[in-house]
Amino acid sequence: MQQLLNGIFIGSIYALFAIGFTLVFGILDRLNLAHPAVFAASAFVGIELVERGGLSLWAALPIVFVFGAVLGLVIERLAFRPLKGRADAHFAGLISSIALAGMLIALLQWRYGPDTRRFPAGSFPETRFEVVGAQVTLAQVVILAVSLTLMVGLTYMVTRTRLGRGMRAVAENPTAARVLGVNVDRITAVTFAISSALGAVAGVLFAINVNTAQLGMGAAIELKGLAVIIVGGMGSLPGALIGGLVLGLAEVFAVQYIGSSWRDVIAFGLLFLILLVRPQGLLGARRVREV
Amino acid sequence: MHNQGRDMRVPLSTAAAAAAAVLLLASCGSGDGGDSGAAASGELSGEGSGDSCTIEAEVPIGAVLSLTGAAASYGESQQRGLDLAAAQLAEKGGVTYDLRIEDDQTDPRQGITLFDQFVSDGVSLIIGPTLSNAAVQADPIAQEAGVPVLGISNTAAGVTEIGDYVFRNSLTEQAVIPQTIATATEEYGLQDVVVMYSNDDAFTESGYEAFAAALEEQGVTVSETITFSKADTDFRALLTQAQQSDPDALVVSALIEAAIPLVTQARELGIDVPIIGGNGFNNPRLMADAGQAAEGVVVGAAWNSASDNPENAAFLADFAAEYDSQPDQFAAQAYAGLMLVDQAVRANCAADRESIKQALGELENVPTVLGEFSIDENRDAVHPAVVQIVQNGTFAVLE
Repeated sequence: MQQLLNGIFIGSIYALFAIGFTLVFGILDRLNLAHPAVFAASAFVGIELVERGGLSLWAALPIVFVFGAVLGLVIERLAFRPLKGRADAHFAGLISSIALAGMLIALLQWRYGPDTRRFPAGSFPETRFEVVGAQVTLAQVVILAVSLTLMVGLTYMVTRTRLGRGMRAVAENPTAARVLGVNVDRITAVTFAISSALGAVAGVLFAINVNTAQLGMGAAIELKGLAVIIVGGMGSLPGALIGGLVLGLAEVFAVQYIGSSWRDVIAFGLLFLILLVRPQGLLGARRVREV
Repeated sequence: MHNQGRDMRVPLSTAAAAAAAVLLLASCGSGDGGDSGAAASGELSGEGSGDSCTIEAEVPIGAVLSLTGAAASYGESQQRGLDLAAAQLAEKGGVTYDLRIEDDQTDPRQGITLFDQFVSDGVSLIIGPTLSNAAVQADPIAQEAGVPVLGISNTAAGVTEIGDYVFRNSLTEQAVIPQTIATATEEYGLQDVVVMYSNDDAFTESGYEAFAAALEEQGVTVSETITFSKADTDFRALLTQAQQSDPDALVVSALIEAAIPLVTQARELGIDVPIIGGNGFNNPRLMADAGQAAEGVVVGAAWNSASDNPENAAFLADFAAEYDSQPDQFAAQAYAGLMLVDQAVRANCAADRESIKQALGELENVPTVLGEFSIDENRDAVHPAVVQIVQNGTFAVLE
């Protein structure tokens, strides 16, 4: 039971991170490799808000959300928009976003130094619950609630609102969308903003979960995020959610039943297996790309 | 528009290419250009002996520390210890040191580059590198070039076996751990324990081996052995697994970066048994960052911070005055390291590579902050160890 919960908590963070990844990919057909840097940057900023600003953990979350959104706009403006006319825009955007990620990490190191940073002692609520014999902290419950709320909210926005319709139109065919009067540049910018905001919140939640923020934390989750969106189906939002949970649970149960040394082998091996059976990913459609 | 199945191939292969590009960039990172070789060996000998020894030229000493990356917190302490020692030696006069500290970014490849650079710069001795896994890769370069190396924090087995130019003043895990386990077994009546260690680091791996041997010696059953990666931060799955065998203690060989979240999460999950750590736990940041959770952690150490020998008392006072914080073992060993180098230089009143090598090997019963210090025939350190327990936020001696 404890292991199931462990897997769900870590899996929900993977999912939130991966959803930001897959959103940009699904709508704009771009892989934004600055996303992991946003993840790390927001964790450091979140810690600073709590440490210096004296905010509570939860008050810091909305600010980090906005911070992430702004960062997303910057990424889009600097790394992607100038290159969008090129024939190799996929590849160029990929490279320029890696470059931007490198700069972000260097800025972080300049601002915060190389050390691991943590929330000041006492900023966590001490409350603990016992759920069917398993220990759960209040922080973990909130992490799960925030992740799920954001993911449900995003799905609602994409499927039900006017903005979401615009996004789906752009995903379908940017040229046609433009002809139909959709402001493609605006949709693109908004997509990046939302994507990075989600990545930023994921970063803070991760930092809360393990009370650790390191410069390399983005790189550590990057591969997992990529694996999750591939397994979930590139561009599929519910797919990323399920993929994240599957990866989290696979890691935990690999430890439980096979042995800790085999964790990554089992977890990634399982993902590989899923791809062999369903090359399009769990919820990836072979038909047109969905959002 | 596109058919998805076909379309996703492009970004994936580009992702791989991009990842390769990043690796390439990382591997050719910095590396300070050359202020070129210092004094030739001729100028590096002087008049007098011992305290009266006077050498005209500054003695060039290189230090390779991990000032950024996973081991940065150790490297920073070491830098402070070295700087303090260098400042005091400069004040004392007679022999002065040109101490050049470089950052290996916790990357053994960078360590190799820096060793190459120091060898060709003509330094008399290289101090470092911070981590044992960097040492096993970089020390052979110095050995081949005939440059003595003094490890100040390498505790893994086999480092000094690299060759007769490789020394260290840090007690090995093999020297400290048996004492830790013996004391803890007696104190807590341990019968079965769970062992956890990160298996992708030479230091924590050799710590694990020492723990396993010591536990066997004491007749303590290991009900489970759990491994993780030194970059891990979420240990809940592993700890839950450990909890299920209801151990008398957790025995952990990990670096401080992993140790802090591990200890915190163990207490969160309701694991209240003692946690016995290797040398990586021996860092005041454990208490600063894990807070209440660190209580009851047992650590063997090479340096007794509470020791009242005169060298140590002076060191504690000077360090606090200089940096406004308490030194840790890494600072103490670094400080002792440069002081021992000074002893070795003064012994022959010569600072060329061969004389330092020969004199280092003959150090015996030198009073240092670590206690009475000698170098044994394997070029390893010999001095008393201590077993500590975290109580009320500080290390106290476990007796």
